[in-house]
Amino acid sequence: MTTDTHAAGAHDHHHDDGHAHSTFSGYMLGFVLSVVLTAIPFWLVMSGALPSKQITALVIMAFAVVQIVVHMIYFLHMNAKSENGWTMMALIFTIVMVVIGLSGSLWVMNHLNSNMMPIHQMSGMK
Amino acid sequence: MTVAVNPTQTGEPLFYLADEHPHPEGYSTSLGFWIYLMSDCLIFAMLFAAFGVLGANYAAGPAPKDLFDLNLVAVNTSMLLLSSITYGFAMLTMQQNKIGQTQMWLAITGLFGAAFIGIELTEFAHMIHEGATPQRSAFLSAFFTLVGTHGLHVTCGLIWLVTLMVQVGKFGLIEANRRRLMCLSMFWHFLDVVWIGVFTFVYLLGVLR
Repeated sequence: MTTDTHAAGAHDHHHDDGHAHSTFSGYMLGFVLSVVLTAIPFWLVMSGALPSKQITALVIMAFAVVQIVVHMIYFLHMNAKSENGWTMMALIFTIVMVVIGLSGSLWVMNHLNSNMMPIHQMSGMK
Repeated sequence: MTVAVNPTQTGEPLFYLADEHPHPEGYSTSLGFWIYLMSDCLIFAMLFAAFGVLGANYAAGPAPKDLFDLNLVAVNTSMLLLSSITYGFAMLTMQQNKIGQTQMWLAITGLFGAAFIGIELTEFAHMIHEGATPQRSAFLSAFFTLVGTHGLHVTCGLIWLVTLMVQVGKFGLIEANRRRLMCLSMFWHFLDVVWIGVFTFVYLLGVLR
């Protein structure tokens, strides 16, 4: 029975850990970072400050990735230790699935678009 | 599977795990809810993939540049961001056992969320009025499915929020209600994360195209 009580105790201890991370300064820092990381992409697109559209697209995508990480850390309180690392494992698995699904879909469909042109265009190419 | 059979003194087999120990109520809820969120994340990822594939097929209909008003999207984004931070304040006051303040911050969160939904529905109504319905082109089908699914999630979050406000009002900040508020916190912040993808890839990149 000693192992049982020990295991239950470990769960309780762990449960407390999950709540210890939210602080006022953490939320405010996350909020300020989010506002900045949201405002800059909107300003870039609305003002057209960067010379080319491709550069603007790459920059705002980079801002989106950074902002998602900021939200994960400051609002969702992600860390490698919560639930003995299982939340992080689930997250990594999901990211792998999302990357395969997204990049695979876009890649395959893009190739279909460029390789399966309507017949009158194909005959024109030869 | 030999461990499952444990003969008792009477000789009857009992089918259970001998080393099963009791868990406190709800000890695995946050992990389970996180896994639900990850599955929801996959749904949104596939809707994003559909939008990425179909997003340029206008069928000679309106393009993002003709339809989207970035000022309105910026206001909408700030509504959702503000609701995220006010929900954070609700969690902080909950940790300090201040029921009144928790309820107040939850109500403010709900108002920001309702404003978000209101603005989004106004935008949809305006688009549909101009003839940019989901049936018009593949781009608009993908757009309404992706953004509509997000809006539906926020609506469900609002219903959940009101339910929890009634719960907290009736039973106070008991352990079960704290757990529920924590789950809704994860859900609400997760929807804000999805919205980052929506305003970047649908609205900003759409107008840029």
